[in-house]
Amino acid sequence: MSATATAIPARGPRRVLGGTLANFRSATLTALAIVIAASVLVPFVRWALIDARWKGTAADCRTEGVGACWAFITHKLPFIMFGLYPAVERWRPALATVVMLSLVIATMLPICWRRWLIGAWIVGLAIALWLMGGGLSLTRVPTQEWGGFPITLMLTVIGLGGGLPLGILLALGRRSQLPLPRLTATAVVEVVRGVPLVAVLYLAVLVVPLALSTGVEVDKLLLAQAGVTVFAGAYLAEAVRGGLQMVPARRMDAARALGLTWWQSTRLVVLPEALRIVIPAFISIAVGFFQDTSLIVIIGLFDLLNTARLAAQDPAWLGFHTEAYVFVGLVYFAGSALVSRYGLWLERRMAVSTRRA
Amino acid sequence: MSVRWNARALGQALTFAVIAAIMWWLARNTQLNLEQRGLSLGFEFLRHPANFEIGDTSGLQFSPEHSFGRAILIGLVNTARVAVVGCALSIVLGFVLGVLRLSDNAALRGVVRAAVELMRNTPILLLLLFLAATLHSMPSPKNAFQPLPGVFLSDRGLVLPFFDRPRLVGFNFVGGVALSPEFAALLGALVMHHAAHVSEIVRGAILGVARAQTDAALALGLSRGQALRFVVIPQALRAMTPLLATTCVSLTKNSSLAVAIGFPDVVSILNTTANQTGHSIETMLIMIAVYLSLSLLVAATMNRYNARLLRVGG
Repeated sequence: MSATATAIPARGPRRVLGGTLANFRSATLTALAIVIAASVLVPFVRWALIDARWKGTAADCRTEGVGACWAFITHKLPFIMFGLYPAVERWRPALATVVMLSLVIATMLPICWRRWLIGAWIVGLAIALWLMGGGLSLTRVPTQEWGGFPITLMLTVIGLGGGLPLGILLALGRRSQLPLPRLTATAVVEVVRGVPLVAVLYLAVLVVPLALSTGVEVDKLLLAQAGVTVFAGAYLAEAVRGGLQMVPARRMDAARALGLTWWQSTRLVVLPEALRIVIPAFISIAVGFFQDTSLIVIIGLFDLLNTARLAAQDPAWLGFHTEAYVFVGLVYFAGSALVSRYGLWLERRMAVSTRRA
Repeated sequence: MSVRWNARALGQALTFAVIAAIMWWLARNTQLNLEQRGLSLGFEFLRHPANFEIGDTSGLQFSPEHSFGRAILIGLVNTARVAVVGCALSIVLGFVLGVLRLSDNAALRGVVRAAVELMRNTPILLLLLFLAATLHSMPSPKNAFQPLPGVFLSDRGLVLPFFDRPRLVGFNFVGGVALSPEFAALLGALVMHHAAHVSEIVRGAILGVARAQTDAALALGLSRGQALRFVVIPQALRAMTPLLATTCVSLTKNSSLAVAIGFPDVVSILNTTANQTGHSIETMLIMIAVYLSLSLLVAATMNRYNARLLRVGG
């Protein structure tokens, strides 16, 4: 048994038969692991690749011995990706998706962490929303017809982009010595974090319209976006608060001693340091949030998961829900895994640069 | 100094006035909107007959003549049932996965890691919808799929061989413990997702226990299993308890996804109630109160356990 083994597997035959069986036990475990992996992977690969049907109709897929029906996905891809968006205008959500993805990629590169990035986000999002909604020489497309991947992406990026400033305000409020901001921020954060996102979404679409002006129809997607943004804000607020707690109090004292006001010291000295500390936490919140936006299925909006679910309910293509869920599962998996990996890379990079500093 | 203090107090008062004005405006709008719809605030509707059926009542009595209040209570019991069972199973499964992930066998570690990564990188709702659709497309009980002896999967749900062995009588199973397809799918999705979280917590906590502790235990002649059981895990348990509590709370909150597959948890029933009566404000207040108190209760219970552990183990 190697001295560097970090763990101690459960009691096995080793205890009874002495140390000689370490290799035997290890071999057994390896065999067991291979058997488990193979029992999942072999049927999956057979289903997804070997026996799969890539072209044809539902009837072709229903023949005996056919595995995955990727023809279904090919056939339904425009609907899964863009929902009910008018077919001739699909280039618009596609382009909006490209714009938003470029912004996300730019944000992930530390070279781009400059002031212009904020401007780029505002301009980019405005362009994406214009592409989706129309106006100014483009045909108007109401939000009821928006759907698929652009909705998932939009809810995620606007939710995080709007949630961060909100989270910073809530975190500062919660640490304030003044009772009013402290109580308000604490109540908001604790209530939002204490209830499920489903409840926040219901609150946004059922109760909020009641509290706004009478007779005004508020857009459901906008309400949902507001709901998820507040949700993201509450979780980000706790992360920011953690970061603020890790900044030594003497930083604030020093800044104040230099004659800076509280706002200036916070904005120029304390916050930059605090936000830097919590970047890894932001990234894991972002990954979770990307997945959580799928909950808008519950209030009947058409994000990527919902379009896939609806595609699988088409009477002409019944019985292929596995293909639909495996496909969108891959999209979510790729997005989440990439961003998580990026988070690890960034953490290492920052650890190096901090050590050098 | 006093000038500054006065300015501060004035600022506070102004902010308060602004917030109060916004609140008043919102309340006024709500009132007007409610008047327009001929509704008034209040909880009397809870006594009115619900006029809907509940598929899974946790064995409690319910018929459409029963009140909304009773329906909500049944929803609460359903939520509690899935939360308690789900939490227990996630912790057990997560513990096993967490320990296996620290195995010195690379193949075993790899398999467990792949499973955990798969769970962490896909939305829980996707898993839930997939499981629900899969269970509904299962064969009828007559041709039920039998993954393990005595365990039957059919479009009627999952039947487990607890207490006695399930037998097929007529069109359905008798005996054993039967789970409705919705309950089984919800429980499955919650347990898989949260067990992955628990495994990370367990792994982190065990790694957090100093290596020297294991070495000392081995030097004393304990086997590796014994070292893990009597030395490492008791110490790791302290680090992981608050995190496990958080996971249980988040599992309880995620059980509200039940509404997506039609399992009558408290959120589904409150939503139906809101749709039928129009009392969305009141039902939302109940929903918030339920989850806040549930979160607080679970957190308090876990904290007490944690405190006891610190006392006993200290």
